[in-house]
Amino acid sequence: MNKTMRVVLMGVLAVSMAACATKKKDAPPPPPEPVRETPVTPAAPDDGKYSAEDLNSDSCLRQRVVYFDFDQADIRSDAAAILACHGKYLSDLSGAKMTLEGHADERGSREYNMGLGERRGNAVSSALQANGGSSAQITVNSYGEERPTCAESDETCWGKNRRVEIVYTQAQ
Amino acid sequence: MPKTMISSVRACCVMLLLLLGSTSLLAQGLVVPPVSGSPTARPITIVPFGYEGAGLPLETDIAAVVTGDLNRSGQFNALGRDNIIEYPVRASDLRFDTWRMLKQDYIVIGRVLDSNEGAVRIEFELYDVGTRKRLFGLALPARRADLRAASHQIADYVYEKITGIRGAFWTRMAYVTSTGLGKNTQYALMVADSDGYNPQVVVRSGEPLLSPAWSPDSKKLAYVSFERGSSSIYLQELTTGSRQILASYRGINGAPAFSPDGTRIALTLSQTGNPEIYIMDLATRRTTQITKHYSIDTEAIWTPDGQNLIFTSDRAGKPQLYQVSAAGGEPTRLSSKGEYNARATISGDGKKIAMAQGAGNVYRIAVLDRSRGGADYTMLSPGNLDESPSFAPNGSMVLYAAREGQRGVLYAVSADGRVRQRLVLADGDVREPAWSPFRQR
Repeated sequence: MNKTMRVVLMGVLAVSMAACATKKKDAPPPPPEPVRETPVTPAAPDDGKYSAEDLNSDSCLRQRVVYFDFDQADIRSDAAAILACHGKYLSDLSGAKMTLEGHADERGSREYNMGLGERRGNAVSSALQANGGSSAQITVNSYGEERPTCAESDETCWGKNRRVEIVYTQAQ
Repeated sequence: MPKTMISSVRACCVMLLLLLGSTSLLAQGLVVPPVSGSPTARPITIVPFGYEGAGLPLETDIAAVVTGDLNRSGQFNALGRDNIIEYPVRASDLRFDTWRMLKQDYIVIGRVLDSNEGAVRIEFELYDVGTRKRLFGLALPARRADLRAASHQIADYVYEKITGIRGAFWTRMAYVTSTGLGKNTQYALMVADSDGYNPQVVVRSGEPLLSPAWSPDSKKLAYVSFERGSSSIYLQELTTGSRQILASYRGINGAPAFSPDGTRIALTLSQTGNPEIYIMDLATRRTTQITKHYSIDTEAIWTPDGQNLIFTSDRAGKPQLYQVSAAGGEPTRLSSKGEYNARATISGDGKKIAMAQGAGNVYRIAVLDRSRGGADYTMLSPGNLDESPSFAPNGSMVLYAAREGQRGVLYAVSADGRVRQRLVLADGDVREPAWSPFRQR
């Protein structure tokens, strides 16, 4: 599989997972934006800045999951675009806030994985700050291996569970 | 609708609710299959105890509970019911030749008598078949509802008289269950008897629960709960259910472990930006930082003398076990073999340390015997994803968690690895077993 293909697939996966996560979510904070039909072509903001509406419509901002390699917290190159657009969003909307939920796969001990999830959250936080976000906009919360998205013991599933989920708590 | 019909519909609903309630309670129980003893272990017969009272028959088969306990320990091979051909309940009935012919080393006989106010008195005796000598005898008072507890105490006495080591059957285990996936997962912290019976809910939550730790008097549990949105450490009294928050700092609040004297708790906090080991004085709630390193330092446990902590750290790249003085100072590396060693548990004599040892995608429970020069490892489990070992307070057995298919299950394994019993939940995952300390007799 070539790299472009992989990036595209990861993107599709990320979008579908983000969509799932939003749907399932029933606890506060409520989604800040009312659901509505968006134009087929997301209009680029006139001043080059994001607006709160873009969270639900922009194809990059809709990707809310960053994936990691085993026992690693290094940001992979396939996450660069996501981190750039969310960093820019934080920079454009200074009132926006997010929680970075760090996760690990099931291998290894639970409390160590709690630390690993936090390390991944911190890595995403740093990358977002390098892209214009500020530390005051970001909270890191590690769930370790306690909140897997899939339960099979194989690399495909582990790869999905080693992640940081971007959860906006305030859109603007 | 006529009134009688309404009330019968109502009664039906109540019945249904009761039924639903009871099934959800049952679903929390562990499925505990009988276990055969190790064929090379000491042969012993536990003759079914006779009930000589006037009340209803006993609901608990005392001899069966004792048999299960002794078999599970790996130290005994109890004669199966089918092979028991005589049923002596007192010394005058006992024909040693029969049991010698059946190649038994020991025999336990007993009877149950009525006592005051519906209670009973269990009289039992242990004999050496070879010497025909009575090794031990005792009368235990018990309530009818507590016969399993009394049976475990009998197993403890038998175990101790024969092996010279205190039995640990009359103890409990804590564990965490989960059902569902993702954000719909339901978690429960449970406590059950050491053989998996009598499960009781300590706390339920829609948010993750983990890392249960017993107080030395086995009356309290410390654990981690996410019910406030991120991790906090709670301390809960088991009999009253009353609880308090011990730690809810920014970042990780994890891995609580009571000091052997119960006055302090080791814990992991990441308030400084990465996980470090701290010790909290329970009287003042003041915390002292013990480790200071940019790596992940977590999962501290105490050595039985209360002088040192053993913890997991990836300061050398991969997680390994380290030891540090409880007064602080420079940690020294303890685990020497394997690329991944984490989550230590230590035997009561401080000699054996069990850990989750990983190589590639295989994680197994390894035991390091420090009395043999420090590099003597025994594998206790077959893998592939075995974790969270917890020693019985007498060091004779280890509970650990394993992954089978898509399910988490528990295993109780004898410390020599010869006998293994699987404990599964009827529905969902079970994990993080924590064996309680001894109870006061």
